[in-house]
Amino acid sequence: MSDQQQLFKVTIDNITIEVPAGTTILNAARKIGGDVAPPAMCYYSKLEGSGGKCRTCLVEVSKGSEKDPRPMPKLVASCRTTVMDGMEVKNITSEKVLDARAGVVEFLLLNHPLDCPICDQAGECHLQDLSYEHGKEGTRYEFQRRTFKKHDIGPYIQLHMTRCILCYRCVFTADQLTKKREHGVLDRGDHAEIATFIEKSLENDFIGNVIDVCPVGALTDKTFRFKNRVWFLKPVDAHRDCPTCSGRVTLWNRGDEVFRVTARKDEWGEVEDTPDGKPGWICNTCRFEKKKTSDWVIEGPRLINRHSVISQGHYAGKVGTHMPTETFEAVNDGRKPKLLMDIHSVSEVNKPEVQLSLIDGPAHSKVFNQNND
Amino acid sequence: MSKKLLLEKAHVEGIRYFDVYRREGGYRSVEKALKEMSPEAIVEEVKKSGLRGRGGAGFPAGMKWSFIAKPEGVPRHLVCNADESEPGTFKDRYLMEFIPHLLIEGLIVSSFALGSNDTYIYIRGEYAWIVDILEQAITEAKNNGFLGKNILGSGFDCDIHVQRGAGAYICGEETALIESLEGKRGNPRIKPPFPAVKGVWDRPTVVNNVETLAAVVPIINMGGDEYAKIGVGRSTGTKLISACGNINKPGVYEIDMTISVEEFIYSDEYCGGIPNGKKLKACIPGGSSVPILPANLLLKTAKGETRYMNYESLADGGFASGSMMGSGGFIVLDEDQCVVRHTLSLARFYRHESCGQCSPCREGTGWMEKILKNIEYGNGKMSDIDLLWDIQRKIEGNTICPLGDAAAWPVAAAIRHFRDEFEWHVLNPEESQERNYGLAHYADPIHVPVG
Ligand SMILES: Cc1cc2nc3c(=O)[nH]c(=O)nc-3n(C[C@H](O)[C@H](O)[C@H](O)COP(=O)(O)O)c2cc1C
Ligand code: SF4
Ligand code: SF4
Ligand code: FES
Repeated sequence: MSDQQQLFKVTIDNITIEVPAGTTILNAARKIGGDVAPPAMCYYSKLEGSGGKCRTCLVEVSKGSEKDPRPMPKLVASCRTTVMDGMEVKNITSEKVLDARAGVVEFLLLNHPLDCPICDQAGECHLQDLSYEHGKEGTRYEFQRRTFKKHDIGPYIQLHMTRCILCYRCVFTADQLTKKREHGVLDRGDHAEIATFIEKSLENDFIGNVIDVCPVGALTDKTFRFKNRVWFLKPVDAHRDCPTCSGRVTLWNRGDEVFRVTARKDEWGEVEDTPDGKPGWICNTCRFEKKKTSDWVIEGPRLINRHSVISQGHYAGKVGTHMPTETFEAVNDGRKPKLLMDIHSVSEVNKPEVQLSLIDGPAHSKVFNQNND
Repeated sequence: MSKKLLLEKAHVEGIRYFDVYRREGGYRSVEKALKEMSPEAIVEEVKKSGLRGRGGAGFPAGMKWSFIAKPEGVPRHLVCNADESEPGTFKDRYLMEFIPHLLIEGLIVSSFALGSNDTYIYIRGEYAWIVDILEQAITEAKNNGFLGKNILGSGFDCDIHVQRGAGAYICGEETALIESLEGKRGNPRIKPPFPAVKGVWDRPTVVNNVETLAAVVPIINMGGDEYAKIGVGRSTGTKLISACGNINKPGVYEIDMTISVEEFIYSDEYCGGIPNGKKLKACIPGGSSVPILPANLLLKTAKGETRYMNYESLADGGFASGSMMGSGGFIVLDEDQCVVRHTLSLARFYRHESCGQCSPCREGTGWMEKILKNIEYGNGKMSDIDLLWDIQRKIEGNTICPLGDAAAWPVAAAIRHFRDEFEWHVLNPEESQERNYGLAHYADPIHVPVG
């Protein structure tokens, strides 16, 4: 029997599934889907070596395997632990896991500025989703949050470290999609920061992908910043004949205007594979320079992933939506926000019955016009 | 006078140099090992000796060696961990500084046992002058045919390379050390794979502490069984203890692990008691990461038995009423010391040294430091004490490497045993700025809700 054919039986939250040997607990749980899949803030299946850092995906292994049924003494990172035959795992059925996870969410939000109202990532931020689903109301942190200066890394990308959760995804992306090691982490502990090798601008055809892998609003698209809220945009799949990449993208439109271009993302927020089975990273030209509808062949509307705050329309009154104790000026180096769009207060678009992908031309739909113009 | 195996000759004039060291019987174990023994037989002797890792965790060294993978055609490496950065621990420095050839000798025998042709010493950057001492010793050993090609005609080749760290405590953690040795940022790796399978450059690697590797010399010279007769139970051989704090004679002592804690602190052979007639308040018996113990639980276990300076006895009672042997950094606090302030300074250390990879350690260590600072400077609240307890609980066991645990344990133990002192700080914010709490009552461990 070859290794690849060997199937292991694993039971997660009382649901049993068979997966090939070598599969991680997280990927097995994703096959089952729904709430059984632990949240993952740092693991990214397309990036080698990713995972293990954020600790949101911790699970309890209550039975090691058929051969060695002893439970594992500590909670394990499901993204980096492979299944054994007969393994039994508890995710949401474990008090210990839920308690530890709530702790991790609190830690991740500890120094986060919670400046969602002025953050470009709001609405598609994994940290926002995580705090809605697993966080507690309010913080016990009473101290000044750490802040960093904003940096431009090249003409298209802005780094706002203050929001970074140090998941290292961008580091792996820069390492693996480009040939040079020039984007990494400086310093350590809670003063560690993402940086380019001495403030260098990153010029590489594929560097824009760091924006797509960033789970929060730390790396943002300068050609899109403050142009619009993502929930006012309508995502459509499109492609073009690109000499550099697959040219398969998602356009985020309002009316006929293309506001931004991203890679296509699957339900776990990772870039989708292209039909040839390779990750669908896109090049800078497609992402930053092709901003006309006429540049693209439109395929049709795109469904938004199940997790996202924008697709569920629940901004207000949920857990984790506490405001920071400092003013925005404090977290923004004394500057007042230019533009305040509070996603915590209910907006018409956020009604649960509104399915963004079903609205045509959201920018001029009735739903929007009442509240915004 | 207890038996000395490592430091016996450390103060012989000129022992730092090859000729004197050799004249005093040095490098005999290399001759014995390379001429008369097989690598397997050496591993077997080390197993028999019961030698436990001296770097902190106390894992049996022979067992660790036997786990090393031996894939065909892939080089293996031995790495000596000389990063010694745990506050209170300075025994490896002493050994390397005074009797460097003992380490080199141990490294040659161990390299032969493990099949490592290129062996590394990863040394703490601040020990810059010791690098010169070690390099001199290596050159001398090489000039005398104990290193290099075909050592003593045995056909075994070995070189030892010294690599300096850049001043990060985390690089003492074995996988972070390996990353750093490879020239990368010293972030601990996620295990598995373990270094025994994939270590330096993905090759099978054993990482051992300086003292562990030096102890291989007497083990080979006297035989594993003889070595195992020294000490008690699973605490075999001798152990270096670096003693500091409020004692008359701070320094490095080699003990056989049969003496009591009380004797170690008060006898003139060792620490020589506490200066100025002060009373003993507390002690961290094994380096800053292990739980602090109040005097009553330090000298006697919770069952009322005498506590001894060995792995089992120091750990008696688990974390509820015991501590750990750890790395042998013995820190003594007298009645004038403030436990809150002391805990704050440790918390500051761990915050500063966290690599920042995993969220509980990165964020939790900083949070604990800030709360402790408030309590220490008279701005604390009663609820802060429970909050601290909850934070350390959420860090412990949930991180990639044990630094998270090492940051959590001192805080947990301080609250467990000295909660009254924390409360006094909160209730007397002004008075606590002017005087210390003193001894108070540490008669019984104070009840702390479990979990
Ligand atoms: C944060 C951290 C720092 C450490 N620092 C050291 C050190 O400075 N020296 C050392 O020998 N072991 C240190 N260790 C333990 C090593 O990871 C490893 O267990 C040890 O070197 C193994 O050697 P031994 O089996 O001979 O004890 C440290 C561990 C941690 C988690
Ligand atoms: S910038 Fe974004 S992708 Fe990079 S480490 Fe920070 S959160 Fe992760
Ligand atoms: S526990 Fe701390 S030091 Fe260890 S890997 Fe995690 S962040 Fe780094
Ligand atoms: S997703 Fe597993 S630790 Fe981050």
